[in-house]
Amino acid sequence: MLGYILKRTLQSIPIVLGASTLIFILMHASPGDPTSIYIRPDIDPAVIEQMRRNLGLDQPVHIQYVKWISSFAQGDFGYSFSQKRPIIDIIKDTLPNTLLLSGVALVIIFTVGVLIGTLQAVRQYSLIDNLATIGAFFFYSMPSFWFGLMLILLLSYKLQWLPASQMTSVNFEFLPAGEQWVDRLKHLIMPALALGMGSAASVARYMRSGMLEQVRQDYVRTARAKGLSERVVIFKHAMRNALIPIVTLLGLYVPFLVGGAVLIETIFAWPGMGRLIISAIFQRDYPVVLASAFVLSIMVVLGNLLADVLYSVVDPRIRVEESEV
Amino acid sequence: MAVERRAGDMQRAIQEAARPATRGGRAAEGRPRKPWAIALSAVVPGLGSLAIGRLGVGSWILGSWAIALATLSISTEDVSRTLAAGGVGDWIALATLAVTLVGVWAWGILDVALFAIQPIKRVGVSQWRIAARRFRKNRLAMAGLAIMVLLYWVTLLAPFLAPYDPNFQGNIVLTRYQPPSMEHFLGTDKFGRDIFSRILYGARISLTIGFIAVVISITLGTLVGAMAGYFRGWVDTGISRLIDMMLSIPRLVLLLVIIAMLEPNIFVIVAALGLTGWESSARIVRGQFLALREQEFVQASRALGYSDWRIILRHILPNTLAPIIVIATLGIGTVILTEAGLSFLGLGVQPPTASWGSMVNDGRDAMMTAWWISTYPGLAIVLTVVAFNLLGDGLRDALDPRLRT
Repeated sequence: MLGYILKRTLQSIPIVLGASTLIFILMHASPGDPTSIYIRPDIDPAVIEQMRRNLGLDQPVHIQYVKWISSFAQGDFGYSFSQKRPIIDIIKDTLPNTLLLSGVALVIIFTVGVLIGTLQAVRQYSLIDNLATIGAFFFYSMPSFWFGLMLILLLSYKLQWLPASQMTSVNFEFLPAGEQWVDRLKHLIMPALALGMGSAASVARYMRSGMLEQVRQDYVRTARAKGLSERVVIFKHAMRNALIPIVTLLGLYVPFLVGGAVLIETIFAWPGMGRLIISAIFQRDYPVVLASAFVLSIMVVLGNLLADVLYSVVDPRIRVEESEV
Repeated sequence: MAVERRAGDMQRAIQEAARPATRGGRAAEGRPRKPWAIALSAVVPGLGSLAIGRLGVGSWILGSWAIALATLSISTEDVSRTLAAGGVGDWIALATLAVTLVGVWAWGILDVALFAIQPIKRVGVSQWRIAARRFRKNRLAMAGLAIMVLLYWVTLLAPFLAPYDPNFQGNIVLTRYQPPSMEHFLGTDKFGRDIFSRILYGARISLTIGFIAVVISITLGTLVGAMAGYFRGWVDTGISRLIDMMLSIPRLVLLLVIIAMLEPNIFVIVAALGLTGWESSARIVRGQFLALREQEFVQASRALGYSDWRIILRHILPNTLAPIIVIATLGIGTVILTEAGLSFLGLGVQPPTASWGSMVNDGRDAMMTAWWISTYPGLAIVLTVVAFNLLGDGLRDALDPRLRT
């Protein structure tokens, strides 16, 4: 098991390296360099040249690349022009928020998806099944940002149940500890729902078909024949096997979650990586854009790694097959 | 696949030999011709089909005819304006309307006329015909197809259908933030522009970008996947690593970086969307090629000395078309969603050009007072993506029932 995890981790290093190379190429393919914002008639070209030399931009591309990669590997992402502080500090502030949001969204995706899918399979072709199928289809086709706005419109503006933006209320620091948790939770519900519902709908579709396949199997008939209650048959026997392919979906949804977080964080003014990259783009703060793209792609690679490891835990056949190859 | 086809041919030959009076695989006895039904269809397309009992097709024709006539009736002024001094868009709209009217009318007549001479049962059926038959039985998929055709039709006819110019502001103080009414079906935005008209014109952006970007990415993905699967070796390794790399950067983030580096305009956006969406199709095509290249018909082609590219393009590729068509259809939905997300962030097509994503964004600062500004463009996105997903699912079920989830 440990060997497998180690092997998969080593395999993902070249992917991260490749992704960062791609980002580096993009940066260099784009017109101009970081000094071009200082080019003005009243600034001596010699000063610009000096700046380029100070920043190492006069060196050949491959040397710049090696320096860039090695500083990224050491966690040195450079300096933000707009926020006037090291990028690593900014990422330390924003990354946990994004992780919290996408973590809760993941929980929603899998609990809601699995429960609805199971319910649909158990009551196949019933009214609930049909309604859920139609509902899932719409959620699946819905732009997450629009769903988020509709949630704000309904739950914040019309009903005034939940706050529309930020992670905490204005008076957060003056609340007692217990209410602080409630306050955080209230701010978390809508963004996490908006981020997760589309993928939850798709999990429900997979879960429904997976469960339908399982309940037709012989072992389920055996379980019923020996007199187990329906609850035990479904939740302990059939569901365990239906969940195996669902685990692989995790790796599929992480890129969607990270991409969706960009939109959702913008709508809900959630201080995370997504909002960081958007504001950096509008302020033309390229080092921040590239560093956050790098961190987000590492999140995806780690998500895929986690999915593979989890899959090997729930389905040991994978480990055996891979080691034989 | 080719083996199966050959088996089908043999089966057909045997059946034909056993049946004396057939010609060209068609049953000799046709149905009685019904001139009165053709005449009925010439007056009102679809009625003739309904009268001879073809209820499904008849109602489709009748519905199309009704929509086309209704469009003509509300756009008489536009037609005369076009004839007097029309732009390219107006002429395209006029041509579309004319083609639609003539086309539906001809369809109505041909449906009745051809039904009489059509064989009762065809002997020997190709896989595409089986798929088409299965697809026609799938009501949801047909609905998706109808919505899709209607949407593309609307984009061509936008100048006639839109009650206002999409960028017309009028007296901004009086016309802005108007709720939906008879004058403005879906209300007006903060500049007093008619939302219904803007949604019609926004459909152009979404559907055009969706279509072109998917054509680019599917072509690229198919070629790259075919090369990886056919040549294997270092080509496959290189391409597979590149795909892994591309997939590890979330598509939206990659797009944001590309568009931030260049300037957001429609060409950059189409190119970026097309060049970032090819990985999944490349993976699937690669898998198909890996399996198919070991089949006997490929070995036979190789033994005959055909060149690699001839084998790839003429022999293997046609056998992978079914999944490619499905991915393309579902891909259009994804691209439309992604493009809407980019426009929503202000990094898509730039204002004042109407685009659904940016219209949703326009309504954000007035959500409390003017809910309609964001709501309706979003519904348009949902409807479009639902249509493409229904169509894609239907095609998948029809082309390859094993893939059904």
